[in-house]
Amino acid sequence: MEIELRVNGRGHALTVEPRTLLVHALRDELQLTGTKVGCDTSQCGACTVLVDGRAQKSCTLLAVRMDGAEITTIEGLAGDSGPHPLQEAFAEHHGFQCGFCTPGMILSSADLLAREADPSDEQIRHALAGNLCRCTGYQQIVESVRAAATAGDGT
Amino acid sequence: MIPAAFEYVRPSSVDEALAALADPDAKAIAGGHSLVPMMKLRLARPSVLVDLAPLGLRGVTRDGDVLRIGALTTYDDLVRSDEPVPDALREAAASVGDVQVRNAGTIGGAVAHGDPSSDLLAAVLALDTIIGLRSAAGTREVAATEFVLGPFETALGQQELLEEIVVPVHGPGDGSAYHSFEDDASGYPLAGAAVRVHAGGVSVGLTGATPIPVRAASLEAALADGDLGEAAVLAAVEQVELSAGADDPDFTRSLVTAAVRRAFASAHARARGVT
Repeated sequence: MEIELRVNGRGHALTVEPRTLLVHALRDELQLTGTKVGCDTSQCGACTVLVDGRAQKSCTLLAVRMDGAEITTIEGLAGDSGPHPLQEAFAEHHGFQCGFCTPGMILSSADLLAREADPSDEQIRHALAGNLCRCTGYQQIVESVRAAATAGDGT
Repeated sequence: MIPAAFEYVRPSSVDEALAALADPDAKAIAGGHSLVPMMKLRLARPSVLVDLAPLGLRGVTRDGDVLRIGALTTYDDLVRSDEPVPDALREAAASVGDVQVRNAGTIGGAVAHGDPSSDLLAAVLALDTIIGLRSAAGTREVAATEFVLGPFETALGQQELLEEIVVPVHGPGDGSAYHSFEDDASGYPLAGAAVRVHAGGVSVGLTGATPIPVRAASLEAALADGDLGEAAVLAAVEQVELSAGADDPDFTRSLVTAAVRRAFASAHARARGVT
C-alpha cells in the first residue's frame, strides 16, 4: 500500500503492508533508529514518538493509519540552534545510563511540557508512567525534566 | 511481533464502513490499543480491518441534559474536555493505562471491546449510559447494563458500529466518582468502583474484581442511607460474585470495600457541593 508519512517535517512516500507497525516503518524504511523496540507489547514506552504533538507508542500503531499525521521522532526534536532543552537537561543531569529508554522518556516529557510548562514532580512521574527505565535511573530523569521546565521559562 | 496479514479499508462514509463489515471476520478499528496488541499476539486475526478514524465521530457535545460522546473520543479528550463530563467518567478515563495509551485509546473502542477489567465500563454502568449503535437497518440505543454480556462480549452486532455514548449530565444534587486499586505492573484495576449519588438513590458499578463490569444491587441498597461503616459495606460486597481464582477472596473483598467507600465519599461530597 502506498502511504505518505510525514516525519520530522519531511514527507516520505512509502510502500508498506497494512500490517506494518509505525516503529518498523520508521526504523527499517526510514532508518530512523532512535525510536526503539523494547517490550513490543505497549508497556515500556521505548518506541514513543509524537503524533501531532502527542506521545504515542509506535509499536501499537499501524503505519497505514498515520497518513496525514505529523510524526516527530527523537531525531527531529533538536532545532537549528542545537539540542532541545530536554536533551540538554538529560545530558546535564545524568538523565540516562544505557540510553535505550531515553528517546521515549524525552518525547513523553515533551508532550508533558507542551501542556504543563511548570509540572510538579508528581505530574512528571505520572506523565512518565508509561516509560520504563531498566537502569532504574528515575530520580535523575525526573530532575532532568524539572530542569528542562525551569530552563524553558527562562528562570 | 507482527499482526497476520489483513486487508485495510479506509471508508469514506458510515455506509461504506458497514458494507466492509459484511465479512464475518472483518473488524472495525478505533484507537486500536486493545485490538492491535491482540493482533500482534495473533489472538485476533481479522481478514479485513475497517478504519473508523476517517468517519470523525470524535468529540464531546452537550445536547440538553445529556452529553453525546463520539466513539472515537480518546480517553485524554474526555479527561480534558471543557464539557461537564461526570466526574466518575473523567476519573475512570484518567485511570486507564498511561499517557500514551490515553492519547490514542478511545471510549467507543473500550466499550465495544468489553474488557472484563475496564475502568471505563464501571463508570459507564454507574452513570446510566446509553450506547448508540448504527447498522444498515438504522440506529438503536442500548442501555449500558444490557450492552455488556460477558468477557469481551457485548451486544454489538458484526455489521453494526458503535457511534456514540450518551451520558446524562449531572444535575443539582448529583455527584459521582471513580476509585480503583491498580495492579502496579499491568495498570489494570484489581478493584475499581464507580459511584453516583443522586435523588433517586445510589448507583454502583464495579470492575476488576468481578468476572465482568457490573452494577452491584446489594451495594446500591446498602449505601442508600449513606455509608454505614466498613462492616456494612463489606457485608454487601459479600453478596457480589467475584472473579473465580482470586488468590485471596477476603483481600479482594476488602479492596472492593475500600474502593466503594472512597468513591462514595467523593461522590457524596460532590452531590452536596462540597469538593
